[in-house]
Amino acid sequence: MSRNARAAGAWRWLPLAPATVLLLLFLAGPIGYCVWIAFTDAQLTGASGADFVGLDNFRRAFADEDFRNAVWLTLVFTVVSAVLGQNTLGLALAGLMRAASRPVRTLTGALVITAWVLPEIVAAFLLYAFFRREGTLNAVLDQLHLPSQNWLFTLPILAVSFANVWRGTAFSMLVYSAALAEIPRDVTEAAAVDGAGGVRRLRYITLPMLRRSIGTTLMLNTLSTLSVFGLIWAMTRGGPGSRSQTLPVFMYDQAFLKSLIGYGTAVALLLLLVGSLFSVVYLRLLKVEV
Amino acid sequence: MRAPVRHATRRRLAADAALLLTAAGFALPLLWLVLASVDPGADLRVRLPGSVTAGHFDAVLTDEITFTPMLNSLLLCGGATLVTVVCAAFAAYPLSRYRSRFNRPFLLTVLFTTCLPITAVMVPVYGLFVQVELIDTMHGTALFLATSQLPFAIWLMKNFMDGVPRVLEEAAWTDGASTAQTLIRVVLPLTGPGVAVVMIYTFIMLWGNFFVPFMLLLSPEQLPASVSVFTLFGNYGSVVYGQLAAFSILYSLPVLVLYVLIARRLGGGFTLGGAVKG
Repeated sequence: MSRNARAAGAWRWLPLAPATVLLLLFLAGPIGYCVWIAFTDAQLTGASGADFVGLDNFRRAFADEDFRNAVWLTLVFTVVSAVLGQNTLGLALAGLMRAASRPVRTLTGALVITAWVLPEIVAAFLLYAFFRREGTLNAVLDQLHLPSQNWLFTLPILAVSFANVWRGTAFSMLVYSAALAEIPRDVTEAAAVDGAGGVRRLRYITLPMLRRSIGTTLMLNTLSTLSVFGLIWAMTRGGPGSRSQTLPVFMYDQAFLKSLIGYGTAVALLLLLVGSLFSVVYLRLLKVEV
Repeated sequence: MRAPVRHATRRRLAADAALLLTAAGFALPLLWLVLASVDPGADLRVRLPGSVTAGHFDAVLTDEITFTPMLNSLLLCGGATLVTVVCAAFAAYPLSRYRSRFNRPFLLTVLFTTCLPITAVMVPVYGLFVQVELIDTMHGTALFLATSQLPFAIWLMKNFMDGVPRVLEEAAWTDGASTAQTLIRVVLPLTGPGVAVVMIYTFIMLWGNFFVPFMLLLSPEQLPASVSVFTLFGNYGSVVYGQLAAFSILYSLPVLVLYVLIARRLGGGFTLGGAVKG
């Protein structure tokens, strides 16, 4: 052991090198570049002509009606699909699965997970077909004699939010299933013997014991929802108009379709900052022992 | 004894009903995919086809629509997966085995990067790739894809390696094996199942990735399936929906099969990365 420890010395950290180099070149590099470009007026035609413009891009963003619209839509998209949708539905499914019979449990699990494993673009196509005026949802509503409408036109942000719930619930479901399985049975049984009903057991035992899982799942759902692009782009392209244009779509639109790389990058930087904030909260919740 | 039994049965039936209702919601879009792919007159609704045809599959099984994009996907995602897994395996070893002040900050940084919205980095990555002439190259795109999955892969791999007892390695050292030999001959075989999980998981994530190749690859003949399916079928209206469904099935099948292979381990102690459980 001592021979190895001394002879190897710093060399034994060498295996870390390839990963570190890749992370520095392809992740830290672009983030650093992002910080620099965000303060310039770079255009798509050539970064060489970029001038330092200070906080202009950010001032412009906060005064920009479309940017504020994108922030609002991102908020709606995140709250509806990640916090209310994926998280709550995932928890409900995990809870119900413990009470349900085995074949139903297996079937539901398989379907929810299939939706999650499917490539993003395929999921977008499927939900496009589901929400179109001549699509499945309206067919079902007709059958039930309920009013149908053109969902992708009247409520595009809700349609993409539901699409994200359809696609992302499996993650929460799996995490909560694992967490629920770790709650000792005798705790819930003792409460039941003491006369606590289902709702009170949920309120005073299950939820408090899941506190950490709920916190981390919420953070991870929020973070993955913040970076959803393909799903929205393939379903609505941010439209009609800009009514489903969340921040990633807005960023893409400004940087590439309007050729304002500097401005688009400033938006990207803001997105990164929000993401970092959530990541830090996530790490605090996790209290990792590494 | 009869009352509680009946109560339990009622509870189970209620749970079954609620789950079946949700399952139906999840099944409807999937059902459309399957039915439309064999329906000669497929539109956007779920309906039982009057007759069954293999025509849509025939129509899309051409070089241009299926084979070239799938091969591109395989090269791109396969190459990237290989890079990710090799780098992650090497990186995870010292992190799992040696104690140092340097471990904790490194792992925390890795975990932090795992969470960053990669989408937001794509604008500057595009700018950088144009300047260093990596834009529209398979290797450049593959390296970026590999890096984007690397933090999570390192984290997973480290957790798997933590599960391999040190005693076995110390025995190998005593017999005169070098660190590299120990890693390749002793640790990797023992972490084999873990490595396989990381590999398949990374591949599934990359196979479905749309935004990265969408931004970094431009020439049509290099596009992977995730982007080509969008350029071919993304202009709804002028599209044969049956073919869209048929191709979507062909494109999704590999990851569905791979997922089934690792499903048991994903559902068990692994719980998506141990990242969640800490």
